[in-house]
Amino acid sequence: MDKIVIKTENLTKRFGAFTAVKDLSFEVHRGEIFGFLGANGAGKTTAIRMLIGLLRPTSGFATVAGFDVYKEPEKIKKNIGYMSQKFSLYEDLTVLENLKFFGGIYGLKSEAIKIKSAELVEKLGMKNIAKKLIKELPIGWRQKVAFSVAVFHNPAIVFLDEPTGGVDPIVRRQFWDMIYEASESYITIFVTTHYLDEAEYCNRISIMDEGTIKALGNPSELKKNFNVDSMNDLFYLIARKKI
Amino acid sequence: MKRLINFIIKEFKHIIRDPRVLLILFGMPVVQVLIFGFALTNEIKNSKIIVIDFARDEISKKMINKIEANKYFEIIEISQNKNIILDYFREGKIKAAIIIPANLSSDLNHSGSSQIQIITDATDVNFANSIKNFIRAIINDYQSESLAGKVLERLIIVPEIKMLYNPQLKGAPNFVPGVMSMVMLLVCVMMTAIAIVREKEIGSMEVLLTSPVRPIFIIISKVVPYFAISTIDLTLILLLSVYVLDLPIQGSLFLLIAESLLFIFTCLNIGILISIRTSSQQIAMLMSLVGMMMPTVFLSGFMFPIENMPYVLQLISNVVPSKWFYIIVKDIMLKGAGFEIVWKETLIIASMMFFFFLVSFRTFKVRLN
Repeated sequence: MDKIVIKTENLTKRFGAFTAVKDLSFEVHRGEIFGFLGANGAGKTTAIRMLIGLLRPTSGFATVAGFDVYKEPEKIKKNIGYMSQKFSLYEDLTVLENLKFFGGIYGLKSEAIKIKSAELVEKLGMKNIAKKLIKELPIGWRQKVAFSVAVFHNPAIVFLDEPTGGVDPIVRRQFWDMIYEASESYITIFVTTHYLDEAEYCNRISIMDEGTIKALGNPSELKKNFNVDSMNDLFYLIARKKI
Repeated sequence: MKRLINFIIKEFKHIIRDPRVLLILFGMPVVQVLIFGFALTNEIKNSKIIVIDFARDEISKKMINKIEANKYFEIIEISQNKNIILDYFREGKIKAAIIIPANLSSDLNHSGSSQIQIITDATDVNFANSIKNFIRAIINDYQSESLAGKVLERLIIVPEIKMLYNPQLKGAPNFVPGVMSMVMLLVCVMMTAIAIVREKEIGSMEVLLTSPVRPIFIIISKVVPYFAISTIDLTLILLLSVYVLDLPIQGSLFLLIAESLLFIFTCLNIGILISIRTSSQQIAMLMSLVGMMMPTVFLSGFMFPIENMPYVLQLISNVVPSKWFYIIVKDIMLKGAGFEIVWKETLIIASMMFFFFLVSFRTFKVRLN
């Protein structure tokens, strides 16, 4: 559990005169569920984009899965999974076809994909829907399949950008069960969310505001330190300051 | 390589599962060829005309017979009543009227010349012009045949009109090369651009870019299916034009295909460039239509002759790739021209392709960073 898989030091991103992320420093350990919280516009997305190699930092230092974000973005890409809030799966492909495609772009062999897909279908109990197009599936199923796709190639870290947006509480619960299970097999989970009850499920959380981390730690410790009763209160306390 | 194939298979699935896309890709070329080939032609075939014959003598009879014998005209009435002409035109029953004056033969005998009047429906300018020329040609023909022997002392200069390469004034020869460039633009520029931009719009591009797949692979995998489809469309158009429109390919088929491939590659590069510079499918479509389709329709010479345009438009037409492709295809298909004739146009298209390739490649690199 002690191995560090994400490490940033004074990571900064400027767009012209605007500083989106300022001096970000934190560590994430192997197998940890790390909640990355913050109001809209706090700089979360910019920070994630730097970590997954979509955006080059302006200054500072960061490694992901042991690789430098400046020098080895290609190696990082092989070791992470990413589930974006905007896109999850190709709607005009079936569940199996999505698995095959995404497995393929991560270089999995087709026999391996077949075996893993069969296992997954069995595990999630989706024999009936495996050959259905994604657009025919209810959103709950889509999110579950999307998560399975993101961890299909067994990445060291999976980045989840608001994975449970627009999903009902029951599916959210099932979704978090899947996250726990992945974490048990030592996949590190880096998750952003706006649901503060979900923040409680995380091992550690950080709350960002105006491009910097304002609070970092175990949810119950943080509540104690800031002297609040709930995550909601903590979030308001931090995000309200700028108003 | 395996990853690339995986990618390409996925692209084909996207295409196959969208009936609207399929319709555009395969229905459009067929419909365009058929519409342009049959419906929208300037072709003169069985055009209905009336003859007002005031002369009613030997010469006028012969002349009428000569016109009637021609399969391009159908005389629906021979009359002495001039007043019916306008009514016929208004009702759209006829395309032209010929008026033969009463003194036709006396004029011819005395002064050696006479006049007949040809009236055409000029609401369709091209059509009217071709009919006029046609009737004139028939009459001249008649003159030279029947009068040449008699009027030896006078030298009548008879213009001889020959419609080279397209003696029947068929519409298809002009339209097929035009349709070819339009379809290539549609498939290779618009559909390709849309397919790439679509990934940006639905957000999958971001996911793909965080994967180990090299960005250039993403582009190549998008281009391959549309390249394949455009070659199918090319075959389809050529087959239709040879077997349905009865328009044989005079020149070398190999050269025609090679030139078409060059044009396809040019279009694909333009499509890629558009897709890199835009982020929504609608804008990509608009850019392809306004930036490529409109110039093709208006400035390639396919609908309107470039020689008749204002000088500025003539200059602008030079940067429209389809203008050069249109010239090449026309030369090869209709005139049977070889590479020694079309090499200049080929060079122009090739340099355009190279230019678009460089620009899109550079833009692509800049965008990634």
